[in-house]
Amino acid sequence: MSEEGWLSRLRAGLDRSSGRFTRSIGAIFAGRRLDDGALEELEEILIAGDLGVATAAALTGELAGKRFDGEVTGEEVRAHLAERIAGILAPLARPLEPDPDRKPHVVLVMGVNGVGKTTTIGKLAGHFAERDRKAVLAAGDTFRAAAIEQLQVWGRRTGCAVVAGKRGDDAAGLAYGALETARDGRADLLFIDTAGRLHNKDGLMAELRKIVRVLGKLDGTAPHDRILVLDATTGQNAHAQVEAFRDMCGVTGLVVTKLDGSARGGVIVGLADRFGLPIHAVGVGEGPDDLRPFDAGAFARSLMGLS
Amino acid sequence: MFEHLSDRLEGVFDKLKRKGALRDEDVAAALREVRVALLEADVALPVVKDLVAAVRESATGREAMRGVNPGQQVVKIVHDRLVETLGAEAAGIDLAGEPPVAIVMVGLQGSGKTTSTAKIARWLQGRAGGGKVLMASLDVRRPAAQRQLAVLGEQAGVAVLDAIMGELPVQIARRAMDRARKTGIDAVLLDTAGRLHLDDESMEEAARVREASGAREVLLVADAMTGQDAVNVASAFKERVGVTGIVMTRVDGDARGGAALSMRAVTGCPIKLMGTGEALDALEAFHPERVAGRILGMGDVVSLVEKAAETIEREDAERFRRKFEKGRSFDLDDMRVQLGQLRKMGGMDGLLGLLPGVAKARKQMAAARVDDAVLGRQEAILSSMTPGERRDPRIVHASRKRRIAAGSGVRVQDVNRLLKQFQEMNGMMKKVRKMGGKGRLPAGMGTPGAGGMPGQAGIEEMARNLKLPPGLKF
Repeated sequence: MSEEGWLSRLRAGLDRSSGRFTRSIGAIFAGRRLDDGALEELEEILIAGDLGVATAAALTGELAGKRFDGEVTGEEVRAHLAERIAGILAPLARPLEPDPDRKPHVVLVMGVNGVGKTTTIGKLAGHFAERDRKAVLAAGDTFRAAAIEQLQVWGRRTGCAVVAGKRGDDAAGLAYGALETARDGRADLLFIDTAGRLHNKDGLMAELRKIVRVLGKLDGTAPHDRILVLDATTGQNAHAQVEAFRDMCGVTGLVVTKLDGSARGGVIVGLADRFGLPIHAVGVGEGPDDLRPFDAGAFARSLMGLS
Repeated sequence: MFEHLSDRLEGVFDKLKRKGALRDEDVAAALREVRVALLEADVALPVVKDLVAAVRESATGREAMRGVNPGQQVVKIVHDRLVETLGAEAAGIDLAGEPPVAIVMVGLQGSGKTTSTAKIARWLQGRAGGGKVLMASLDVRRPAAQRQLAVLGEQAGVAVLDAIMGELPVQIARRAMDRARKTGIDAVLLDTAGRLHLDDESMEEAARVREASGAREVLLVADAMTGQDAVNVASAFKERVGVTGIVMTRVDGDARGGAALSMRAVTGCPIKLMGTGEALDALEAFHPERVAGRILGMGDVVSLVEKAAETIEREDAERFRRKFEKGRSFDLDDMRVQLGQLRKMGGMDGLLGLLPGVAKARKQMAAARVDDAVLGRQEAILSSMTPGERRDPRIVHASRKRRIAAGSGVRVQDVNRLLKQFQEMNGMMKKVRKMGGKGRLPAGMGTPGAGGMPGQAGIEEMARNLKLPPGLKF
């Protein structure tokens, strides 16, 4: 799949939303000066894109301070906003870079229920397997019915070994065993799947911390990457998710899934502003190779309906 | 789910309450906050605008009512409007018609369709006079999705249609209905594949499944954490597949849940049920009145009372009530029973979420480090006592304390603290008795940190006194 193909698909995915953006912003500024009413409407449009009240206010505030001479076109305003958004996101677009000296480099994958953790691991494993990096997958979601089977299917698809127990097993114990297996087999990478958990459930969050603690007994630096998977359809609650997982396990990076769905994923902008966590990859489709590096410029321009 | 929203509005209306009359600028200030709060709660922009406009119109120029402070007046107007938007009353699942009745479950990927399917099936089958239910997974795309439903069926004790490799969703739906007709099944739940795109192809597939099964109910399963896109999702499913009701999932999360308001407003479809946990019995009816009350920080007292009624064993309650009325002293056995009840009712957090004025109380609790772990430790301490010690705590002296501490894995100070709390509780019980059961809960009844638990008496008190002030203090 070429890079071009991905971009056009991202654009197609965002088209629903950006189409509305384009029309509504165009309508505000057609033949009008940038007055308070126009700025307020602009702010609301950004809010409707899930950018959040604070981020939307900040971006519109800047626009108010910026002098546009006389009449401003919708296109100019969009370009300006896209540039600003890309500026916020660009430093955070960093693909996952496992340390080749670590055998294995341990990646813990976490998130609330249904965001696509298992699928993300399957896709990441496929990505590294194609590059001849040996990856082991640990089926640490011992709660959800058939989660283990789901990861095993991904193991077969990508040719990666899967360490699995049975439902109800202690996830920390399984992760420990998987790290031993991966280490003995001189694997390059170990991906640890975890059960989806709501970030406000203290007991479940403590279990996650236990996984981290237990891994630390075998390798004091593990898990090296602690990825939080976010669903692009999530609204402002994404902030609470990042905060809770960060406080509990020290999130090191994000993967945003379902970005080619109907949602705009605008919450990423607010998250970037507030947490500054790297965005390792975005899920832009249902195929095994549809997890892609995050391109800030393309995302921002697509979001604002610019080609 | 709605705590943050009520938190915020509580703050706004607290300010209003302190003023004497309902002035235009008061309303405007309150509505600005309402607008931001609703938007931050992911309520869709058009819905927010409608709501704010309606409230402004209704509030401005209205004569200040005698005996009601302006804050309460605005709260009432916002509340009424929220209830109106959420739908006037609870709606059940439509099972009318010749059995087997089909129910099609649709929704975006990861919204919780499969779990909700199993919950609803279990609930339908378990109702009084409920018939036999069959579930079928039409998800032929996600690896192991069919297996997931099979496992859940086993847990829920609900029959699941066996999967046949290579079968298409519409074929599976037909086979499920055939099987149901032949085996005397009353209701069939069809769990469709999650959609990522709101595109023609996948929508058409869902519509064909609906047609093939002759379903009257098409339930859209939606995540309470959904952002502004909720309106697009809901209207697309409504238009293309003909959704008849909404199931909100992850209501036990801390999402502010504006999606519920948005989806209801744009589709007009009732929110029929909500998922409130991972366990298969974590499914509740959606009651707009209560949710609106909760949004406004007025507490979900009705839910609390119902939940308490289900949970608290009649005998325990009866025993406690008799003791209480007779003026007999409250002993550590009673305290232990109450701790157990509290845990069954969802722990401190679950319980507090239902109470008015919770936002503040929760913060205080967090600050005081009162959490469910404390409850667990207190139960452990009580379990390490002999029955004699629980009946008469006065005999618990130093060496007994050491034994109890060792037995429950805590320090002697913790045992002391519990005994002190118990004394405070006992003192409060006496005060309540003196009040003769009228008025409000005494201060300190709500939090174990402050020394008390809401017992059956307290809950009955609340039930009798549903007009609790929004800012009930603990």
